[in-house]
Amino acid sequence: MELYRYTAHEIRDMLRNKETSVPELVKACLERINQVEPKVKAYVTVCEDEALRKAAEIQKGFDLGEDMPALAGVPMALKDNMCTKGLVTSCASRMLDNFVPPYDAAVVNKLSEEKAVLLGKMNMDEFAMGSSTENSYYKQTKNPWDLECVPGGSSGGSAAAVAADEAVFTLGSDTGGSIRLPAAFCGTVGLKPTYGSVSRFGLVAFASSLDQIGPLTKDVTDCALVMNAISGHDPHDSTSANVAYPDYTKALVNNVKGLKIGLPKEYFGEGINPEVGKTVEKAVELLGELGAEYEEFELPITEYALPAYYLISSAEASSNLARYDGIKYGYRAERFDDLIDLYRQSRSEGFGPEVKRRIMIGTYALSAGYYDAYYKKALQVRTLIKRGFDKAFEKYDVIITPVSPTTAFKIGEKAEDPLEMYLSDICTVSVNIAGLPGMVIPCGFDSKGLPVGLQLIGKPFDETTLIRAAYTFEQNTDYHKRRPNL
Amino acid sequence: MKLTERDVEHVANLARLNLTPEEKQKMTRELAEIIGFADKLNQLDTQGVEPTAHVLPISNVFREDAVRPSYDREDILSNAAAVEDGCVKVPKVVE
Repeated sequence: MELYRYTAHEIRDMLRNKETSVPELVKACLERINQVEPKVKAYVTVCEDEALRKAAEIQKGFDLGEDMPALAGVPMALKDNMCTKGLVTSCASRMLDNFVPPYDAAVVNKLSEEKAVLLGKMNMDEFAMGSSTENSYYKQTKNPWDLECVPGGSSGGSAAAVAADEAVFTLGSDTGGSIRLPAAFCGTVGLKPTYGSVSRFGLVAFASSLDQIGPLTKDVTDCALVMNAISGHDPHDSTSANVAYPDYTKALVNNVKGLKIGLPKEYFGEGINPEVGKTVEKAVELLGELGAEYEEFELPITEYALPAYYLISSAEASSNLARYDGIKYGYRAERFDDLIDLYRQSRSEGFGPEVKRRIMIGTYALSAGYYDAYYKKALQVRTLIKRGFDKAFEKYDVIITPVSPTTAFKIGEKAEDPLEMYLSDICTVSVNIAGLPGMVIPCGFDSKGLPVGLQLIGKPFDETTLIRAAYTFEQNTDYHKRRPNL
Repeated sequence: MKLTERDVEHVANLARLNLTPEEKQKMTRELAEIIGFADKLNQLDTQGVEPTAHVLPISNVFREDAVRPSYDREDILSNAAAVEDGCVKVPKVVE
């Protein structure tokens, strides 16, 4: 098998058994990038020289027989909204096209301590706003399973790179589904951890009460390994949870006997493509055969989650993105009348249409006369949504749903209709609103040969139950082993 | 409620965005549609429901007030569009 195809846990074992070396692995991945990148377009930056330099350095540790971390020497990449010191962090926006952060994000530090090798930065929807990666200022990332289809978004580059074996794993960020949707569309594993369990320090803010960083991996074992590396309390992030974090690999147990699964009716009915619904149901049946118990239940306020999400996330975005004024960093317009016009012109030229749209929605929802009717109302609905989940989790260990109403759609298909695009996130946004962990695993293919994902939703800080259920499913299927023909 | 181009102008002003006439027209149409979709929330009775701004019960997070290294001035200034004498340069603020 080609070196770039291996998982992180396989690489961990191979490096210890001296079956390969870090430079060999990194070279194999870089060659793979050169080979398929013209088709997939997942990267915005490839740091070839630095990756090779790092690889040689890390190999020395193995050669000297040092005690190396689990992810040592594993080639990986980051969504381009995570700050990397000395390396452009663009958010796929003209606004940050030249932005070179003076510091590393907390997750970057952690992966650096783990001695993972950074291959580059991934394409995304501008400022993580989008469901298709069509909103990138730079390029359109393609779905490796069908190059005419979108990879999902906003972490489209991160998912496509893992599916195309252009990186062993990547990190994405998820505000309303931005890890889970592309993971589903590209057939990878993806996890949006519980809010507060991975530091947001150095993650360019979109909607601070919803944003969370998480892994996109080739299998569930790798997901657990990466979670071990990136989770934990961080004093630099005031919303970071100071709790005891488990060893996620302990949850890699092939057993779901007695696991109680709830299937919310609202996620399987109208609006969900029947093929998607059926594939997810079949996956649940398999978990049933393996000893889990499942039943349908009602999660009544589901239909209000999407409008509440777009109000809350846009309101927070309008506030967070107010910092882009063309002064200290970011794009500055060349022509302007005075200081105020400098702000206006820089923002108008620096932001793309979707970002402007969200800023406008958010500003409207927060403006005098509309605050109570929209923003406050959405926050009240948030309380109700959270209560609905709290109640469901009194009865169930895990909730299983589809990830999106459809499999990957064609590039351009929804680009002109923002509301239609927003509906792609209908199954994922509730999880962010309630701050819960949400995990996606591949559970089959549709008749067009496109991957179908399954979403597991858990109690706060109970990623381990999700990982156990996902691992059990994976051990009894082979969807995670299939690769697109590129 | 009907969203007009004047409303959009007002919001664009608050958001410090310049919109071309075409953008303004398009934005009015799209915002009306999205806000109309959000109006769905009014079907829910939320009387007496506390708003949730944040899911975690965390408040007043402090860390020790210790001296620590700061960022290098050159690094910070290297991201600014205009710099003079170790400062960020901006157009005249006071007339």
